[in-house]
Amino acid sequence: MEKTRFLFSGSGGQGVITAAILMAEAAVRFESLNAVQTQSYGAAARGGATRSDVIIWDKPIYFPKVTQANVLVCLTQEAFNKYQETIRPGGLLIADSGLVKNTEKIDARRMQLPMYAAVMDTIKKPVVFNLCMLGAVISATEIVSVDSVKRLIAERFAPEFHKTNEQAVDLGAALVQEFYSTGRN
Amino acid sequence: MNKTPETTETSENIKFMQGNDVCAQGALYAGVEFFAGYPITPSTEIAEQMAMQLPKHGGKFMQMEDEISSLCAIIGASLTGHKVMTATSGPGFSLMQEALGYAVMAEIPCVIVNVMRGGPSTGLPTHVGQGDVNQARYGVHGDHAIIALTASNHQDIFRMTVEAFNFAETYRTPVILLLDEMTGHLREKVVLPEPGAIPLVKRLRTAVSNGVDYHPYLPREDGRLPMSDFGEHHRYNVTGLYHDMWGFPSEDPKIVYGLIRHLFDKIENNIHQIARFRKYYLKDADILLISYGAAARSALHLVENRRRRGEKLGLLELQTLWPFPGEIIREACRNVKFTIVVEMNMGQVLEQVRLSVDTPEKIFLANRIDGELITPTDIRNIKRVIQGKGI
Repeated sequence: MEKTRFLFSGSGGQGVITAAILMAEAAVRFESLNAVQTQSYGAAARGGATRSDVIIWDKPIYFPKVTQANVLVCLTQEAFNKYQETIRPGGLLIADSGLVKNTEKIDARRMQLPMYAAVMDTIKKPVVFNLCMLGAVISATEIVSVDSVKRLIAERFAPEFHKTNEQAVDLGAALVQEFYSTGRN
Repeated sequence: MNKTPETTETSENIKFMQGNDVCAQGALYAGVEFFAGYPITPSTEIAEQMAMQLPKHGGKFMQMEDEISSLCAIIGASLTGHKVMTATSGPGFSLMQEALGYAVMAEIPCVIVNVMRGGPSTGLPTHVGQGDVNQARYGVHGDHAIIALTASNHQDIFRMTVEAFNFAETYRTPVILLLDEMTGHLREKVVLPEPGAIPLVKRLRTAVSNGVDYHPYLPREDGRLPMSDFGEHHRYNVTGLYHDMWGFPSEDPKIVYGLIRHLFDKIENNIHQIARFRKYYLKDADILLISYGAAARSALHLVENRRRRGEKLGLLELQTLWPFPGEIIREACRNVKFTIVVEMNMGQVLEQVRLSVDTPEKIFLANRIDGELITPTDIRNIKRVIQGKGI
């Protein structure tokens, strides 16, 4: 497989880092892959643009930071403005279509999905926005399976939230399928 | 990351965790029974794990009022016969220096983890640095020797944490584990070894029976000093002053000379037993990188990358920083065109490498001192400048 570098970005509190950890951990524990995950600490983690870097590969990974992302995930405009230049030419941008605008200029495939709106419409709990995003990311990149992520989520969070959590992951995956079937935003 | 013989992968023992959590797991594996500490970024996760895990394993966790008392508390607990650890970062490590000297002098086995951040002073709490290498060696006043270990990946953090406990017991000495913010906070795969897969060194207790005169500072023929759990069978004195074999203060020049020689020799004479390192492509290397901790990850990235293009780069990754493995370094540098020391400080290991080799003019520095992890490109640029190729 190709080494895949993900940069997850958003605002502190959106759960961007949790989502990144879940994907990387699922890759290591259930997909027999290697993964490294780092995140921004300090002021950036308390409001403002926060980021988490994940690299997944089937070989050992040494340098753990992402300088050029194959996949850039942006959940806020500020995060997009700050990190848009890190995307590799021809890479994949996954952004929330309601929260991130004016992405036309970047040299990447753009997958803008109404994740936040869909979560608020169907699940009505903003807390699972990050799991919806995670469902979209794993569905679009096909490195970590939806089953692996669900298995980890079931292990990590309290049983009373299982249904909602799985619903959010499935919602994200469905948004990607819808994107493919319509072929555009 | 690096497969070692003790790791057999099963679904239960493959974990994905932070380096600090791995360090705590390694300490539990080594048999830590008491942890006293004061939380400080970027080491706090170690204290958190200890607070959660130690009570489940029959141990004790104590949050102290500061780092001075933290080290003092583990020194006391160690004397009573327990394996002990504390964890801190820059400013806390500075506060620990006086008690560290006491532990050196009184020969108390203990493990002190310093997850390095940017310094001096409060510096950069959430950013990586490797500026405490010299402090680990020379932070304590007075002549002494010390053991300091480090690691660049989670499998090795586990291993070196266990080694730190083993060395502490073997040589009756404090051992410093110098991790850094990058490896401490990084999450990656680790395969937790089966119990018994890594040998553990138990506390060496005296065979002298209850009521018979026991000498706490009388080395056996092999140089090791059997201990007696303080407060149990034997009465003896423990002091930071120069002391005789009973532990009582002495100004007798022969005793003073003998003790300081002993404190040095027990470590420096065992450098080959204590030296831990990893060699990558050294056999045919014509350019050598020497690195450690998080910086070694970038160095290894560059080496693997350049090897694929036919360039003969090699890496010597140090895991024992003190006592400094000068002979191993001299040997590794002998047949290469030049050597680059890769570290995140102003050249603390560089200086030691230059002192160790025959041709110090062929030793160069690739460093980064801005709180960011040095990148493979940073190292490559220095290499190109040395080669006269320009950046």
